[in-house]
Amino acid sequence: MSRLGDIGAKLYRGEVGYDFVAKRFIWYGISILITVVALAGFLVRGLNMGIEFQGGAVFTTPQNTQVSVAHAQEAAEKASGHQAIVQQLGGDKLRIQVAGIETSESDKVRSALAEDFGIADAGKIDAQLVGPSWGEQIASKAWQGLWIFMVLVVIYLAIAFEWRMAVAALIALIHDLTITVGVYALVGFEVTPGTVIGLLTILGYSLYDTVVVFDGLKESSKDFTKQTRFTYRELANRSLNGTLVRSINTSVVALLPVAGLLFIGGGVLGGGMLNDIALSLFVGLAAGAYSSIFIATPLVVDLKERDPEIRAHTKRVAARRASDARSAREEKAAEESADADDEPVDAEPAGAAHGGPGVVGGQRRQPSSRGRGRGRPSGKRR
Amino acid sequence: MAAPNRGRGAQGSQSRPGRPLLVILIALVALTGGMFISGHTKPRLGIDLAGGTSITLEAKEQPGKQGAINPQNMDTAVGIIERRVNGLGVSEAEVQTQGDRHIIVNIPKGTDQKTAREQVGTTAKLYFRPVLTSAAGSPTAQQPASPTPSPSDTAKTDKAKSDKSDKGDASASPSASSTTQGRALTQGLKQQDESPAASGSPKADESPKADASPAATGSPAPAEQAPAAPGVDAKTQAALDKLDCSTAEKRAAAAETAAKATEKATIVACSEDGAEKYALGAAAVLGTDVDKAQASYDTQQGRGWIVNMDFTGSGGKKFASVTGEISQKAPPQNRFAIELDGQVVSAPSVSESIAGGSAFIEGSFTQASAESLANVLSYGALPLSFEEASVDTVSAALGSEQLQAGLIAGAIGLALVVIYLVFYYRGLSLIAIASLLVSAALTYTIMALLGPTIGFALNLPAVCGAIVAIGITADSFIVYFERIRDEIRHGRSLRPAVERAWPRARRTILVSDFVSFLAAAVLFAVTVGKVQGFAFTLGLTTVLDVVVVFLFTKPVVTLLARTKFFSGGHPWSGLDPRRLGVQPPIRRGRRTAAPLDLTKEA
Repeated sequence: MSRLGDIGAKLYRGEVGYDFVAKRFIWYGISILITVVALAGFLVRGLNMGIEFQGGAVFTTPQNTQVSVAHAQEAAEKASGHQAIVQQLGGDKLRIQVAGIETSESDKVRSALAEDFGIADAGKIDAQLVGPSWGEQIASKAWQGLWIFMVLVVIYLAIAFEWRMAVAALIALIHDLTITVGVYALVGFEVTPGTVIGLLTILGYSLYDTVVVFDGLKESSKDFTKQTRFTYRELANRSLNGTLVRSINTSVVALLPVAGLLFIGGGVLGGGMLNDIALSLFVGLAAGAYSSIFIATPLVVDLKERDPEIRAHTKRVAARRASDARSAREEKAAEESADADDEPVDAEPAGAAHGGPGVVGGQRRQPSSRGRGRGRPSGKRR
Repeated sequence: MAAPNRGRGAQGSQSRPGRPLLVILIALVALTGGMFISGHTKPRLGIDLAGGTSITLEAKEQPGKQGAINPQNMDTAVGIIERRVNGLGVSEAEVQTQGDRHIIVNIPKGTDQKTAREQVGTTAKLYFRPVLTSAAGSPTAQQPASPTPSPSDTAKTDKAKSDKSDKGDASASPSASSTTQGRALTQGLKQQDESPAASGSPKADESPKADASPAATGSPAPAEQAPAAPGVDAKTQAALDKLDCSTAEKRAAAAETAAKATEKATIVACSEDGAEKYALGAAAVLGTDVDKAQASYDTQQGRGWIVNMDFTGSGGKKFASVTGEISQKAPPQNRFAIELDGQVVSAPSVSESIAGGSAFIEGSFTQASAESLANVLSYGALPLSFEEASVDTVSAALGSEQLQAGLIAGAIGLALVVIYLVFYYRGLSLIAIASLLVSAALTYTIMALLGPTIGFALNLPAVCGAIVAIGITADSFIVYFERIRDEIRHGRSLRPAVERAWPRARRTILVSDFVSFLAAAVLFAVTVGKVQGFAFTLGLTTVLDVVVVFLFTKPVVTLLARTKFFSGGHPWSGLDPRRLGVQPPIRRGRRTAAPLDLTKEA
């Protein structure tokens, strides 16, 4: 832990760091590539819609059903007159899907299956019957929910932060959803109402991460125009590095319970609602953790830098650096001799620097003051 | 260590960590106490975890009736379906609307789900049939002394009461139906807009005619298993004699038979509460002839709760002619049975021909009984039909297996999170784990209490939501802990660090939890089916997360910051400044950092 803590501290102070913003085009490129692949997968292969979206019936036989898959399929097709898909689940259970049968026919099929499999009580076979319009209902409601949520959340983020962050968050969100849908299309996982639930949960979760990052950004860029030490871009990158540990931790902790669900749902139950929710959540959360760091904040920077005020500020910073460099050269000789005297000056403000206004528009020429202002250039902090 | 005056601004919030802790303690104790007192120590389980059948019905408008799917009609439909399902002798079947056009019917295990589905799926049949003869509901109650409820039991409360208590003693019938039997009988059917004079006169008012004075009860009422009443053939009489309305199951069976009969046939049927049985003639008026019905309180005439009915044009004419016909007859044939799905819901007597297309039923209604009857009558006019959108049958075995799997998944998720937190936060993780436990306890008790109060049932997606919520809750702690660590990295000692970190962590937590909650609320509002259960848990746990962080985690951190273990920066506290990479403010440390910084800036 101590090493992790060290890295955290170094990230926080900006001693180590990854320049997310400068290398953003690499990540944009990767994301665009993934998104294109995902969309292509979606368009070419389409989604493997579960029985809930087509209408039909799913029968699950009780444990220790001594019937082979092939036999069950034959029996189900004979009983229903429709095509059947049979899967073997854990505990010798069988999952028999029959698409396209009416809900009223299903009871007959169920009794026929029970008879065929030698199950005395047809009630022991679990049945899920879905009318043809049910899945459509769920899907259309989900779309409706998605749109309403997006509109509301953009409004909220625009108020809580600013419109650029809201737009960036929205793009990151759409990015996550597209990737998740793409993974479903490419891998061919079955889409069920559980999947839809998982997908909708990504909405809240993906944004949770993004909000944590944006909150750090908002804080560190507060009143940033009052100083000329760092450009907005540098500040953004710095705050991103500073919140990196936090983002990673929140993402890991969010993923762990989902991993538990996935393990149990997929491994032990062999499918079903738990698995469906967990799978889409897992993919979406992973994409969300990635996008909030690599996509959302760089996007905010790109949007911000279109603002004339920010451009002017960036120029001011550049001008100041140029003059700094000049004076630094002039003072270089003098400073080397004054090295010993510098020490007390440095030790005193080390504790109090962040509260003081010293950094704001600071005209100090001591190189040491640079170290002090790092990570908190905004001056006042609360 | 650090400038102590810096922390002063935040001192106020630090001063009393005891108070919020007390609040949450009281809340926990109250919730737990409430849970045990109410006797619902476990959350109610949904069909997919407890086993049973869950049917989702989708409302369809009948052609040409736009706008028929509205909350009022849906509620009426729910009321009707509920009485049908529960009429099967099923207890705790649950019927509720979901979204704007769906009705969910949950039938617990142990019920004949096939019959239940048939019941739910068929369209309700409502008929107005003339009563040919009536008798006490249970064939065992054949003692001659048994006071067959005479059709025109008075509505006067005092007399009715004494009458009932008499009956309770005399009747051997254990069905204790006397408590409700008055209801179907004390009703008289009236013409709407009757003149006040007429209604006041004893002639128009049905009840006094055969006032059920104690004397009258002894006299052979026409409905005894005595010689068949005129107009009732022997076969019907035999069927009526055989009919047993004493138990809910037998009534359900009788209703099933009766409901299968055509509208022209003569049938025998039980009253809803089993107190009386009837032989009924061919249906005179159909349910679809009712235009609308509603319960209202009549203040002008002092009749109490009444049920107003408006008929359609042809329905009004039919009603007028048939009431004219039966009003001339002697009791019980002057009565009219309102039959829904083979059971007699109400059998008011008629004193005169009721023309004009509207009528009302009076009697000793309570508000609830009047509304329920109005609902029944409205259903005939309901321009809705229902289709099964989905039917889930879950055996008890699969249900418990899924519940178990959910719990195991939750335990694994929780364990993984705890391990991670311990690994990363060491001593601080104790606070996180305690907070998670408090959060879990609150969630559990609230879920248990919401079962009886708002009918919340824990289903599989809800379990899933709760598990996912472990992450959200732990995230809040991480946000706060990381903030504290940041402050320590600034060189602050723990106590000011804790207080300074809080306002900023608080903002982050509130904003991100709000987004989470927004997602849950939108999902809950617009979606249907299982998505809703999931959204509900997610929303609930998000709110609880905020509560726990504010009222538990923060105060506990404040308190622990006073202990030596944490404030001293013990290596295992998770707040050791050295481990967090705080560099002592000496020249050498700064120096090494400087060149790196310069290159970054350039």
